[in-house]
Amino acid sequence: MAVQLLKERYASEVGTVVLGATKEQGGTRSVSLTVGGEKALPFQHYEGEIPNRPLVAMEVTDVEPNWPAPLKEVLGDVVKDPVAWAKKCVEEWGADLIYVKLDGADPDGANKSPEECAKTVKDILAAVGVPLIVVGSGDVEKDHEVMVKVAEEAAGEKLLLGVAEQENYKSLVAACLGNGHSIIARSPLDINICKQLNILITEMNMPADRIVIDPMIAGLGYGIEYGYSIMERGRMGALQGDKMLAMPLICTVGFEAWRAKEAWASENDFPGWGPQNERGPAWEAMTAGALVQAGADILCMRHPAAVKAVKKNIDQLMERK
Amino acid sequence: MIIIGERINGMFKDIGQAVKERDPKPLQEWAIKQKEGGAHYLDINTGPACEDRVAGMKWMVEVVQEVCDLPLVLDSTNYDAIEAGLELCKKPAMINSCPAERPKIERVFPMAVKHNAKVIGLTMNEKGIPKNAENRVALAMELVAAADEFGLPMEDLFIDPLILPVNVAQDHVPEVLEAIRQVKFLADPAPKTVLGLSNVSQKSPDRPLLNRTYLAMAMACGLDAAIADANDDALMETAASAEVLLNQSIYCDSYVKVFRTR
Repeated sequence: MAVQLLKERYASEVGTVVLGATKEQGGTRSVSLTVGGEKALPFQHYEGEIPNRPLVAMEVTDVEPNWPAPLKEVLGDVVKDPVAWAKKCVEEWGADLIYVKLDGADPDGANKSPEECAKTVKDILAAVGVPLIVVGSGDVEKDHEVMVKVAEEAAGEKLLLGVAEQENYKSLVAACLGNGHSIIARSPLDINICKQLNILITEMNMPADRIVIDPMIAGLGYGIEYGYSIMERGRMGALQGDKMLAMPLICTVGFEAWRAKEAWASENDFPGWGPQNERGPAWEAMTAGALVQAGADILCMRHPAAVKAVKKNIDQLMERK
Repeated sequence: MIIIGERINGMFKDIGQAVKERDPKPLQEWAIKQKEGGAHYLDINTGPACEDRVAGMKWMVEVVQEVCDLPLVLDSTNYDAIEAGLELCKKPAMINSCPAERPKIERVFPMAVKHNAKVIGLTMNEKGIPKNAENRVALAMELVAAADEFGLPMEDLFIDPLILPVNVAQDHVPEVLEAIRQVKFLADPAPKTVLGLSNVSQKSPDRPLLNRTYLAMAMACGLDAAIADANDDALMETAASAEVLLNQSIYCDSYVKVFRTR
């Protein structure tokens, strides 16, 4: 007797967000990319359409980052120049988009002015054709000024700007609304706050199709399963009709993976762990690989070898047999 | 929890009058008001006084859809009226209702499949409404078998175990809860369940208290939908709370608001 596979029937689907505007759409990007739109759990093509593949954004900082040796070695001198760095990410390393982190704005660091930060963004926009994600340094007060300036200067480019948090979202929402950008809504590994923040943002008349959820994650070995379960729960809610959880997901993979000791510790200190220049990218790639299975739509990554491995993995997962 | 707004029913004086005079205003006002209250579907019933129920139903469906995009629940014992209404519905509708009687099943289920409609199946037959849960579930099983036979997806079958007023048939009230619980085991995926909630409080004082208390109890037993007063704020807040407490929807601080606006 033939076995009949039971298929889930979902009541709803994940919304889509469009990143980047081409000339015809009022921007200057050479491509605009769509994320989200899943009608089933990740890569369950037999149960529902997975119309858009997860994207890999490569991280570029506006000041030279203090990253572990394996990253510095592979990235080389371009880390001193965000424009050259972004170009190389797109042209050589296959980045779908660029994730610009304006660490230079940090008042305790380079303390760059909002104008300087906006100029960096504009310069990167001029150098590459892919859409941009731009986030501040993490200093709440300073980020207000910086992100408002960036939003204004890049009006119409349909950037993805971050990050909005439950206690601090209004000015960024207003800046995105007024200049046609989308927003990253970040919640600290908490599905209830995630949903509430999306409600608060949509109450300011931000359309749901301009919100991307950053659920916050942990790297492999440091609680990734907790992030995974939050993402999975949110995605199940979305597919069952919860509109306030039905946004695409962005994950700061590079940041979390390279915080892991297994990624950054030197071979001298841990000879048994194997060569550092393989271990680090493997750690990052494995973190990303787990998170695409949980429903990640945008992966922010650092190491070219990890990016290459993850893109190949995504190609395979997107094959429909 | 699906709330089916009960108010556009010819049994209510203003609607009965409006249907008779073909005055769309009261129907359209109630459609908008119930949607604002948080209704997910709107029940549409010509009422017993309507002479030509086919024409009455068609007119009601049309005027309600002019102002409201909620899906409709076509409520009539006249299946020609329901079929005429289904032809006009812009969104997949629900048929209210079909008892566990063979000739009616043969009329209703194929019509539902043809129009991609859901069916409310009543646990009663020619002999009336059973006294206990066991016999209600036996009739529910006949409806489940019919869904299978005619190709109606099980999720589109809503079993109504028929609640009676607490001041008339008090012993039925817990039996209905037990029936809701047991109906969920009849198939996998399980059929859905629905109640004509306000019936439990007929002719009692403080009806909203009985309605919302029973709603919470029934939801804990697995109730999926209720034909109810969508403008009873306390009732809607109870439904929203019960949904969160049963882990059916993900909690957030604005959960009541979300329940009403989804």
